[in-house]
Amino acid sequence: MSSRDVWTIAEQSQGKIKEVSYEILTRGRKMADKLGVELASILLGYNISDDKLNELIHRGADKVYIVNDSVLENFIVENYSNVLVDLVRKYKPNIIIAGATTSGRTLMPHVAVRVNAGLTADCTGLDIEKGTNNLLQTRPAIGGNILATIKTPNNRPQMATVRVKSTKPAPIDRSRTGKIIKIELKTELIDGKVERIGFRKTEEEAASIQDADIIVSGGRGLRKKENFVLIRQLAKNLGGVVGASRDAVDRGWISYPHQVGLSGKTVSPKLYIAIGISGSIQHLAGIKTSDIIIAINNDPDAQIFKISDFGIVGDLFEVVPLLNERLAKVVK
Amino acid sequence: MDEKTGTMIREGVESIINPLDLYAIEVGIQLKEEYGGKAIVISMGPPGAEKALREAISMGCDDGILVTGKEFKGSDTWVTSFVLSKSIQNIGNYDLILTGERATDGDTGQVGPGISSFLDIPLATYVSKIVEIKDKNIIVERLVEDGYETLKMPLPALLTVVKEISYPRLPTLRGKQKARKIEIPVWSADNMKLDKSKLGLKGSPTRVVKIGHPKVTRSGTIVKPNGEESLLKAIDQLIKFMQKKRINLRRFNR
Repeated sequence: MSSRDVWTIAEQSQGKIKEVSYEILTRGRKMADKLGVELASILLGYNISDDKLNELIHRGADKVYIVNDSVLENFIVENYSNVLVDLVRKYKPNIIIAGATTSGRTLMPHVAVRVNAGLTADCTGLDIEKGTNNLLQTRPAIGGNILATIKTPNNRPQMATVRVKSTKPAPIDRSRTGKIIKIELKTELIDGKVERIGFRKTEEEAASIQDADIIVSGGRGLRKKENFVLIRQLAKNLGGVVGASRDAVDRGWISYPHQVGLSGKTVSPKLYIAIGISGSIQHLAGIKTSDIIIAINNDPDAQIFKISDFGIVGDLFEVVPLLNERLAKVVK
Repeated sequence: MDEKTGTMIREGVESIINPLDLYAIEVGIQLKEEYGGKAIVISMGPPGAEKALREAISMGCDDGILVTGKEFKGSDTWVTSFVLSKSIQNIGNYDLILTGERATDGDTGQVGPGISSFLDIPLATYVSKIVEIKDKNIIVERLVEDGYETLKMPLPALLTVVKEISYPRLPTLRGKQKARKIEIPVWSADNMKLDKSKLGLKGSPTRVVKIGHPKVTRSGTIVKPNGEESLLKAIDQLIKFMQKKRINLRRFNR
């Protein structure tokens, strides 16, 4: 009995399970069903209630392996990696899927090295190859200009991080049952060298742009920092968050965590609105997996219109205030 | 891309420094200026990567090392991390290893964490600020989804840095002169005594099996309003479009 199950790595913060944990359960469920094996959710953390663990089962897991210990309250890669490597050696999963989050993209390569596994980053598609039962992992590369499909023919486990928001969590199904396996932390697995000594939340629009359903981004067309107020207004009104092009960030109009594109964040929201952004290749690569793209720009030849579902060629200083005004009327 | 092997064709292409690595190079030079020591830049790549190393030296790095050879061709991130960790061990005495967040071509971000895992040294990814280096310890801030967390760790350590950490300087005239003259040692699998079966495409756990070319364009509706009335019409059209696409406009003024 080796190399059988599909594992997904759940994430938590202060005892709460993060949404991405459910998204990757949806991915894992499909793989496990195609292979006819069980799906396990792996969770390292502290103060996780049984209710929360059951939700992992209700959203697709057959088993939950939980290591619940105060030392694991925060993500410290050395500790998490040691614990996960230990579990991998003991239970020998076939596939391990994690979210392409800052933790997932740190933990997975650290673990892959130790267990001689193949790892593919930031996948947008997963499938099982007929005949060989190998995991097929598809990911954009070279600025999103190609889609590469990658497999790990010989090494096990096969590991992948999956782009956040690229799948939906399954709805809660309380009729699903499964096993919760509580694992004692072995103290020798705690590295103890790295300490987390502080945390501060991102100021202003605190929501992470990678988690947002709606992103309203501003670019050079805004002309000055103060004009970002237009973007903030529209974002607030639509219940979205504020993004920016590299140009706007480099000019100091808004901070780096808002930057969308290859040298910033790759996003896949339901709705992306680009305002005063001409659309460099790097920016387009960062947004092309969005469900819907809307652009407002005064240059009819701007590249952004080539990947837009709806575009208005016009002066953003006329269009945006008017859009805000009309939206108010529509929903009243 | 080589469509047959699924590997990147790195030969004969002019090598530039990965834009996100410039921030790591800048931090390395700044730390050297503040604390002394040496900033050594190292690259695993085709022979042409020498040019990128010289560029880093012209910015202020002291030395460069080129890790190259046909045995390395087609290496995935596992093998690349392995070879670079061996190269670093070969250099011997080091306090800090800096990498960019990820390359803008392969875009994996896996090599930095991989190197730290092989070397078994502390790792901080997405570092946006070095707060303090004191008594062989380093305190850094890392940029995560909802904010910045502060980590303290002993040296030697490995940091992958984000753009926010610095502003890369331009090469200086003196730097350029130095970069032109300096000898860059070339390290191969042979002189690092590496087991060749573990290298390149052969040694890589992953294989690219297919390359697709995604369609970039969307056939969207682009309207060009002319005058106030048509602008209003365009905006109503946009709102209708959002409603049709089931964007929840009810959140408005919530």
